[in-house]
Amino acid sequence: MHRVVALGALAVIACVVAAPAHAADAAAAAAAGSSMPWWFWPLALFVACFVMGIVAVPAGIGGGTLFVPIVGGFFPFHLDFVRGAGLLVALASALAAAPMLLRSGLANLRLALPLALVASASSIGGALLGLALPVAAVQTALGVIVLGIVVLMFVSKRSEFPIVAAPDPLSRALALHGVFVDGATGKHVEWQVHRTPAGLATFLVIGVLAGMFGIGAGWANVPALNLLMGAPLKVSAGTSGLVLSLVDSSAAWVYVNKGAVLPMIAVPSVVGMMLGARIGARLLTVLRASVIRRLVIGVLLFAGLRALLKGLGVWT
Amino acid sequence: MKAPVLQPFEQLRYALWIDWGARIGLAVLVALFFAYATGILEPLVPHERLPEVWQLPATQYVEATAMPTGWHWLTQVQRGDIANLIGIALLAGCSLPALLVVLPLYVRRGERHLAWIGAAEIAVLLLAASGLLTAGH
Repeated sequence: MHRVVALGALAVIACVVAAPAHAADAAAAAAAGSSMPWWFWPLALFVACFVMGIVAVPAGIGGGTLFVPIVGGFFPFHLDFVRGAGLLVALASALAAAPMLLRSGLANLRLALPLALVASASSIGGALLGLALPVAAVQTALGVIVLGIVVLMFVSKRSEFPIVAAPDPLSRALALHGVFVDGATGKHVEWQVHRTPAGLATFLVIGVLAGMFGIGAGWANVPALNLLMGAPLKVSAGTSGLVLSLVDSSAAWVYVNKGAVLPMIAVPSVVGMMLGARIGARLLTVLRASVIRRLVIGVLLFAGLRALLKGLGVWT
Repeated sequence: MKAPVLQPFEQLRYALWIDWGARIGLAVLVALFFAYATGILEPLVPHERLPEVWQLPATQYVEATAMPTGWHWLTQVQRGDIANLIGIALLAGCSLPALLVVLPLYVRRGERHLAWIGAAEIAVLLLAASGLLTAGH
C-alpha cells in the first residue's frame, strides 16, 4: 500500500512539475477571480493534507475530521466538493488500516456489521440532506459540530477495558464478542458488549453526521463503542475504522452520483493524507502526543469558529 | 508472550478482499490522476477553468460544465477528469465483493442473523451506488 501512496505523491509532484507548461493558465485563473494559477490550490491542498496526516495520528483523531473544517474554511473550493473529498479521505484511510486491524483482532467484523448497517443507511440520508440544504446552514452546523468535537476531545474519558457484566439479548443473539492479544501486555483479552440497541441508535445519528458533513466519524464512533457499548478501547478504535469504511462508502456514492467529487481536489487530498499518516505513525514515538493533541485542538477550535462565522455571514 | 489469536475465518477472508480492493483502487486512482494532471488524458473541464467552477455548488458545477451525473460518466470515461472516477468507484465499491464473499460463510455456519445483516448492508451500498437517490441545492 505504501508504494501506491508514494506513487501518488509522485503523481501530484509530476502535476506540479508539468505546471510551468501551463504558465498562461495564471491569466485565466486571474480572470476567474483568483490571482493564483490553477495548480496552486491542488498543490497547497496536498501539502496541507500531508501535514494534517502527520499530526492526525499522534493527536488520536482521524484525518477526515480535520480535513473538512480546515479545507472548507481556508480553501476556495465549494463545501460540496470539500465534503465529497473529505469522505474519500476518510474512506481511503479506513480501508488502508482495516486489513491489519482485522487480522490482529483489533477490528471485529461481527461487531462492525450491525452498526455499519444502520449508520450507512442513515449516512445516505445525511449526504442527501447536506446536498439539499443551503450551504450557509451546512457551514453553520459544521461549525457547531466541530466546536462540539473540541469539547468532546477536552472532556471525554476513555476506558481501556470497560467491565461488561453480561451481554444484552441482542448482543448475545449476534454473538458480539471476541478476543485479541494486547500488544502492551502480551495478554489475551476476551471482550463482549452490552447496550446494543442504544449503540445502534447512536450509530444511526452518527451516520447522518458523517454523510452530511463528510467528516470521518471516529471521534463519535470510539466513545460510542467504548463508553456506551463497553468494547475495549483498542477494539473500539479498530472497529470504528471498519464501520467508517462502510459508512463512508455509502455516502461517497451519493456525492459521486451528484457530481460533487472533483478529482483535482479529492486525489491530492487522499494521497497527501495517507502519506502524512505514514510519517505520523513513524513519528509517534518521537513526538510529544500531548503537545500535538493540544495543537490540533487549537486548530480545530479556530477552524470550527471560522466555519460557524462563515455560515452566519460574519466572516466570509 | 502467548501465541497470536487466530481470528475467525470470515474476518480474515474479508480482510484479504478489502486489502486487495483498496490496493487496486488506489493504484488505479493514482495512475489515472497522473494521466489527468499531466494532460495525457484530455479532461472535460480544462485545468485552467477549474478555479472558476470549483467555487460553485455541485448542481451549478454540473450545469456549467455539462459534467455527467449518476452512471452517465461511463459514456465519457476517456476524459481525464472523468476517468478518475474509475479509481474512486473502485475504492467506494471494494467493500461489496468482500461482503459477498463472507455471506455464504455465515450461512454455512447457520448464522442467519449476521447473513441477513450482511445482505442488508450490500443492499444499502447498491442503493447508494445506483444513483436513484437525488438531492441538490
